Amino acid sequence: MFHTLMNIISLWALPAIIVIILTVGLLRKVPLYETFTDGAKDGFHVAVNIIPYLVAIIVAISMLRASGLIEMTSHALAPILNFFNVPADTIPVMIVRSLSGLAALGVFSDIAHNLGPDAYATKLAAIMVGSSETTFYVLAVYFGSVKISKFRYALIVGLIADFIGIVAAISVCNLMF
Amino acid sequence: MNYIFYFLIVISIIVGAINGKLSDVVNAILSGAELSVKVAFSLIGIMCFWLGIMKIAEQSGLVELLAKIIKPITKHLFKEIPEESSAIGDIAMNFSANALGLANAATPIGIKAMKELQRLNKDKKSASNAMCMLLAMNTAGFQLIPATVIAVLIGIGYKNPTEIIAPTLLVTSITFLSAITISKIFEKFWKPQKESN
Repeated sequence: MFHTLMNIISLWALPAIIVIILTVGLLRKVPLYETFTDGAKDGFHVAVNIIPYLVAIIVAISMLRASGLIEMTSHALAPILNFFNVPADTIPVMIVRSLSGLAALGVFSDIAHNLGPDAYATKLAAIMVGSSETTFYVLAVYFGSVKISKFRYALIVGLIADFIGIVAAISVCNLMF
Repeated sequence: MNYIFYFLIVISIIVGAINGKLSDVVNAILSGAELSVKVAFSLIGIMCFWLGIMKIAEQSGLVELLAKIIKPITKHLFKEIPEESSAIGDIAMNFSANALGLANAATPIGIKAMKELQRLNKDKKSASNAMCMLLAMNTAGFQLIPATVIAVLIGIGYKNPTEIIAPTLLVTSITFLSAITISKIFEKFWKPQKESN
């Protein structure tokens, strides 16, 4: 029952928003087609503008992932995290989730497929991936779109919040499963 | 950011060399650059679509209405932003889209809010407090239902995938509240922006 409700919400959220916006627009006598195309014409410009910022961040992170540093860090952290009842398999998820959303989902899928649905690691990884956003990507896209190069405290706040998220995920998972 | 950029690249090369993966690291430059352009180009269409829809929402007064509803909260979070600014409505839409897991809609709307914040920014090269707050809200990744994760769990035959929704929601709420709190604290102690045109 709950499951079907969730599915309905996921399925209908987007179409419902679009229908509401268009209907209210029509009722308020907004020239829909004209207004839409007028707003849409900035899309290309914005997307192209963020390319330099994306290249800087994505190239640096691709290099980091290829270097094997993430595996090395996982190895180094394993004994410490074992103490807190954290399976070693989930460590790459913690490191990667601030860097690349696709990679985090990939690592999570690996864990899920290799360890199966009953493993504690699968649940912990699911919660960690489900509750995170790719900090570096968001930073590059949002600041890139307005050509901001000095981030001030934005990155530090993002990373501290990511860390708190990891600790919270471990604690909640420990309590519930 | 200068140090982080330097650190990421130089460390990758050194560690890659130690691990004997230097050629992989070099190849990653090419594949990373290619991926960046792919990501940006894949954004063009959806960016156009949501900017168009948002323009209609704006003209019909919907954004303004949403802004009014959340004003009691945003008033405290975005102190520097004038109450009648269109950025407030966009920020509310950006948050709602994120919460519903509509990343494709959230990003263009967030960027639109960013542009308005930039217009109000006194130093165009550095991030204003309001921008840092918007970033904090977005990097924390608040989401009601983690749809992709649930899809993966269903794929491996997880019996009751919805049981992770509640713990995930709890964690994401903790993260979100921490992010905006920390951002507020940093706002007070960080060196203020310089005035420029």
